[in-house]
Amino acid sequence: MAGFKLRRSLLYVPGNMPSMLQNIPIFNCDSVIIDLEDAVPLSEKDAARHLVRHFLLNYTDRNKELLVRINPLDTKWGYEDLKVVLPAMPDGIRLPKADTPEIVERLDTLLTEFEEELEVEIGRFGILPSLESALGVINAVGIANSSERIFALAFGAEDYTASMEIERSRGGEELFNARTRVLWAAKAKGIQAVDTIFADVSDMEGLRNETELAKRLGYTGKCLVNPRQIEVVHDVFAPKQHEVEYALQVIEAIQRARQLGTGVIALGGKMVDAPVVKRAARVLRTAYAHGMVDTLIDEEAIHGAQ
Amino acid sequence: MKIVKKAQAGTMQSSDLMVFLEPAETLNVTIESTVLKQFGALIRAKVDEMLQKHGIDAGEVRITDRGALDYAIEARLETAIMRGTEG
Repeated sequence: MAGFKLRRSLLYVPGNMPSMLQNIPIFNCDSVIIDLEDAVPLSEKDAARHLVRHFLLNYTDRNKELLVRINPLDTKWGYEDLKVVLPAMPDGIRLPKADTPEIVERLDTLLTEFEEELEVEIGRFGILPSLESALGVINAVGIANSSERIFALAFGAEDYTASMEIERSRGGEELFNARTRVLWAAKAKGIQAVDTIFADVSDMEGLRNETELAKRLGYTGKCLVNPRQIEVVHDVFAPKQHEVEYALQVIEAIQRARQLGTGVIALGGKMVDAPVVKRAARVLRTAYAHGMVDTLIDEEAIHGAQ
Repeated sequence: MKIVKKAQAGTMQSSDLMVFLEPAETLNVTIESTVLKQFGALIRAKVDEMLQKHGIDAGEVRITDRGALDYAIEARLETAIMRGTEG
């Protein structure tokens, strides 16, 4: 699968704190989201974007995906954030309050303009839109289709519950419909889905439960507020050894079936056909990214020769 | 370019620095640092480089450093200079 990128853990790092920024190289998360929005007081917006720019310019030996959360484009800071930070070449922009497809299209146009000006490949800067209001959730499908730069949809529960005038509970029942709708939009478009943050850094059990729920629903990753949360999230998203073994058996079984001229076969008393093979292939790709299997499964093993 | 008004940037957190600027007839730089003995000369060189880059030839420049790396010194000076030179 071309361009498959593991995004289990996306860690927020405040943009105006050198002590946190300069630890980015040693965090073992898949992606970092450097925050110019909520973590930065209004009086320090200019300082934070200068700091992030200089940090990125000096961080040449990059070892993880670097995203920057800018301020919303309808504020006076959003455009300036892009102007100052993009020349330092982050991988993408996390767009807060992506309530409508039009807002994302606007960012897409701006990114194209900056790419032309900076003379880099068009499409170099990705977009991770935050669906974090009732309106954003309703518009999820349109947003997912609003730009080819979008590699995932992110659900933001803190602002979402605020927009719904409800409290966020530990069990997260109130988030179920929104989480699902964001997922449908992402899956229909064939992009990743990133779950919301879990704010209580001391509650590792709560974090694990919520991450397990998100994974069960179909989310491929989670946003984090503290590096201590990385390990739990990676543990939950790692395929279990028995899942990997079963997936390998499924691929072997379907290849045997194809030699016999059929597309369906029994494995341990259970039917194996195309959808089962697809799920197994997904497990094996993730296992490959975790270093649990040596080879990346090819398309022919999944679909058979034509 | 001249410092036209008082300005400051940065924080007193570790790995950061505070930059204070004030208008003055001549250029005067003072540096206070937790690591002045080891890195004072390097900090001074970085500060001079940034002042030169932004064409600052007059002003009172006071740095209180908490062990900041070069990129943070560059960024905080840039912010302070922009704040102190805009009308």
